[in-house]
Amino acid sequence: MTVKTARKGRVVVKKEMCKGCMLCVEYCRRNVLRVSESFNKMGYHPAEADESAECTACMVCSLVCPEVAIEVYDDEDRSE
Amino acid sequence: MKLKNKWPKYYKKDVITHYCPGCGHGIVHRIVAELLEEMELGKRAVCVNPAGCAVLAYKYFDIDMIESAHGRGTAIATGVKRARPDLFVFTYQGDGDLSAIGTAETIHSANRGEHISVVFINNAVYGMTGGQMAPTTLVGMRTTTTPSGRNPEYDGYPLHITEVVASFPGVAYAERVAVDGPAGIQKTKKAIRNAFQCQIDGLGYSIVEVLSPCPTNWKMTPRASFTWITEEMTKEYKLGVLADRRARE
Ligand SMILES: Cc1ncc(C[n+]2csc(CCOP(=O)(O)OP(=O)(O)O)c2C)c(N)n1
Ligand code: SF4
Ligand code: SF4
Ligand code: SF4
Repeated sequence: MTVKTARKGRVVVKKEMCKGCMLCVEYCRRNVLRVSESFNKMGYHPAEADESAECTACMVCSLVCPEVAIEVYDDEDRSE
Repeated sequence: MKLKNKWPKYYKKDVITHYCPGCGHGIVHRIVAELLEEMELGKRAVCVNPAGCAVLAYKYFDIDMIESAHGRGTAIATGVKRARPDLFVFTYQGDGDLSAIGTAETIHSANRGEHISVVFINNAVYGMTGGQMAPTTLVGMRTTTTPSGRNPEYDGYPLHITEVVASFPGVAYAERVAVDGPAGIQKTKKAIRNAFQCQIDGLGYSIVEVLSPCPTNWKMTPRASFTWITEEMTKEYKLGVLADRRARE
């Protein structure tokens, strides 16, 4: 049996490339992204993905990211 | 799981730029790199980059680059394009570079209708040198050289240089867009695509002015900078197509 879900994708933030500008966090309507409490090597608090949130793979976060730091994956095996 | 946004081919792999967090240059760089790939221009593209925050852009794009003296970008691009019309030649310039020290080159290259494309980043300040007033600074806007706000009686009015060149017959396409959110970023990409296509089609000079955030010198968060562009900057600089002579024979 499959469970109906809005989840279609997954995002990976490349932690060491992120400058913590928060644009992705502000624009993700699904609240997938949040600011990490830890620092990266540049001294920024990078964005991180909440794995339990439902990412729709809409790509808004990667569109606004000035650092090309977000990879958006499409879940092809999703249950509809 | 399939990766939806592959790294742009003509942007150096996993590059970390020197730009401040939330800077519009990073967003427009990515757009340009994506277009060079999508329009299959990368192998014959030459970008002339400016003095300004984008002075190190030659370290980021994986195409042929020429770093210009301040403001001279379109003069260099003219030479390259006239010597090698088979190449795709564009400049990437800030508002200080293009509309202050480079005003003569901008006006005359546009008036000659050189077959080049211009990506013009207007952030209303001299970013690199610490946020001084630029010709494009808004009336009342505080900068390090207008600490009580730009006063037109003393400092003059904001310069609309894209409107000036848009009136020249040699200009095939001129548009103003804004990096102020997801929709604005998509429109920016479309406008630069149109400008690049003009050169491919041999139609003449094309320019896209991008209202672009400089959160550091504006002393705002990146998100607030987007809102400021939408609510304040676009009042002075109206968005839209300023010239479109693509249909002429
Ligand atoms: C001949 C010359 N004069 C002055 C400078 C100093 N200078 C470097 S960048 C710059 C202004 C850059 O502002 P802008 O073009 O708006 O680009 P931004 O840094 O905002 O992206 C100035 C005045 C220079 N490099 N060369
Ligand atoms: S792809 Fe869309 S839903 Fe997923 S994290 Fe990015 S903005 Fe949020
Ligand atoms: S938009 Fe990019 S640089 Fe900014 S916080 Fe998100 S991942 Fe980091
Ligand atoms: S000073 Fe402004 S234009 Fe320059 S890198 Fe920083 S935010 Fe960008």
